Amino acid sequence: MSVLVNEQTRVVVQGLTGREGGFHAEQMIAYGTKVVAGVTPGKGGTKHLNVPVFNTVAEAVRETGANASAIFVPPPFAADAVLEAIDAKLPLVVCITEGIPTLDMVRVAAVLRASNTRLIGPNCPGLISPGKCKIGIMPGHIHKQGNVGLVSRSGTLTYEAVDQLTKLGIGQSTCIGIGGDPIIGTSFLDAIKMFNEDAETNAIVMIGEIGGNAEEVAAEYIKAHVKKPVVGFIAGQTAPPGRRMGHAGAIISGGQGTAKTKYAAMQAAGIHTVQSPAEIGHTMAGVLGKAAGK
Amino acid sequence: MKIHEYQAKGILAKFGVPIPRGEVIFRKEEAKAAAQQIGTPVVVVKAQIHAGGRGKGGGVKLARSPEQATELAGQILGMKLVTPQTGAEGRIVRRLLIEQGLDIKRELYLSILVDRAAEAPVILASASGGMEIEEVAKEHPEAILREVISPAAGLQSYQVRKIVFGLGLPAEMAKVAEPFFQALYRAFLATDASLLEINPLVLTGDGKLIALDAKMNFDDNALGRHPEIAEMRDLDEETPLEVEASKYKLNYIKLDGNVACMVNGAGLAMATMDIIKLAGGNPANFLDVGGGASAEQVKNAFKILLGDPNVQAVFINIFGGILRCDVLATGVVNAAHELKIKVPVVVRMEGTNVEKGKEILQNSGLNFTVAAGMKDGAEKVVAAAGGAR
Repeated sequence: MSVLVNEQTRVVVQGLTGREGGFHAEQMIAYGTKVVAGVTPGKGGTKHLNVPVFNTVAEAVRETGANASAIFVPPPFAADAVLEAIDAKLPLVVCITEGIPTLDMVRVAAVLRASNTRLIGPNCPGLISPGKCKIGIMPGHIHKQGNVGLVSRSGTLTYEAVDQLTKLGIGQSTCIGIGGDPIIGTSFLDAIKMFNEDAETNAIVMIGEIGGNAEEVAAEYIKAHVKKPVVGFIAGQTAPPGRRMGHAGAIISGGQGTAKTKYAAMQAAGIHTVQSPAEIGHTMAGVLGKAAGK
Repeated sequence: MKIHEYQAKGILAKFGVPIPRGEVIFRKEEAKAAAQQIGTPVVVVKAQIHAGGRGKGGGVKLARSPEQATELAGQILGMKLVTPQTGAEGRIVRRLLIEQGLDIKRELYLSILVDRAAEAPVILASASGGMEIEEVAKEHPEAILREVISPAAGLQSYQVRKIVFGLGLPAEMAKVAEPFFQALYRAFLATDASLLEINPLVLTGDGKLIALDAKMNFDDNALGRHPEIAEMRDLDEETPLEVEASKYKLNYIKLDGNVACMVNGAGLAMATMDIIKLAGGNPANFLDVGGGASAEQVKNAFKILLGDPNVQAVFINIFGGILRCDVLATGVVNAAHELKIKVPVVVRMEGTNVEKGKEILQNSGLNFTVAAGMKDGAEKVVAAAGGAR
């Protein structure tokens, strides 16, 4: 088993007829993902990429049995799109959109936490279970099916880590980009718990960055509950305080959220920390080699 | 985005938050009329810059007559104000707020911001007005009162009372605090603020609560729906290269080093800065060209990077997913030709069409160094910039 997505995942793409949505839906289909529906208000009844388009998510779910959504809706309308997907009782919603106002996400989070929906993102590359299903914008071909679970706040830095792993022959069970915003649906803690319980995941890579304390919270959990080896990296060791480093959530404020405190928490939890982003793959190879030798 | 104190007070006043009477001036000749207009025996002359600690740097003074206000305005306007938050370079003062003097009985701290863990706005208060909240948090964390506001239910009266009693204010102040806090929360929500800080919030001799200082920061992602706030942006308060970069929608932050970097994606951009440091160098900037960077964006990015006179070498680190390496390489070659780039450029590419991309760089006749990986690239660029220092 992989986590969250597999061969049974049936995806509705919100914003299918848009430029971004259309492009990435095509890539997802090419990877083998079952894209069963699109939603664009006003374009119901048409087809795009040979996929039926509906006016509402509820209708798309009713007609096609979709059980996951991928959202490519522009930022001013994205919170509404997430809320519509939650209302349609989709168990999994992946929001790729970058630039959603924080107070919109405050309202989404309040509804989300009272629902049974799992939201990935926003402002994320999505998630992939190599060889099974990809919901997102990551290049599928760099991945390889295997047993390492990867969770990260970043996009291209995640690809970098995946590429290192794949080139060393280390496959991945599921790679989850949880997103770079201050308020996100799925935290490191949530993802780590899922990987910990997943029989197919033997080891975990965790790629954090400055800002907030989600890495510290996950490290506490790992210390107490996770026996699987974890490799950790934090981006932003050289970032100045008080500046937003691209991601809305990547900011050191009031001395909180520094790479130093995150590394300290990870080390205290027995996580194999990596100072150089070029060493993530090798470190995992070493950890797995040691585990196999035991 | 940040705005000035007088602008924040203007916004708050519209929502019914009591503020001192005041006038903003740009020339010292305006000071006398402003002081006379306010009409109190004492007025306060306050430098308007986007940084705190202004009083400590000599940017806030009391004037006991309109003539003295003029004299102080002359001293402060145009001065380079150095405060604990500006760094040694300081800020030139271009605007002043002339404000009524108040009979201050107590100084308190109050702020509203979005708490990431609570996924909701929180209101923070402390009895130590005038102190930086970070200092209070470090020394007396128990002295900070904290109320999480339910996004659905809003700020409740009992929460206001908890803060009023927690601050040791007399019970009858709850009636004064209620409309004050509610107005503040309305202003926070309606403007998509990311921080609204009143420090100090003062209790006057006649039992009023007044926002003596006001700081508002806004969510950049929400500025599209607040054009009136976007207009308040003061470019004089920002680094010129960052202003230029923002015109091209490039995510650029200037740093102190000499190794420039151009990267796609914020996480990878931070990681690239880190690896430059690990290789013994110092990053000159953070720059995220974005996931779908075009040849045009690459050229714009080069222009910004080379606008920094400290830059001695450029490191391009791209993981081509959606952005294909051959497209990027073409953009880099064209930009290098067009801008006649003199500094050494080290390129590290990985991902889609990487072989084609490397070929384009190698056949360009330009002096690019193609790196074998992130680590190799970082080491090569640091050497090119004059070695570790």
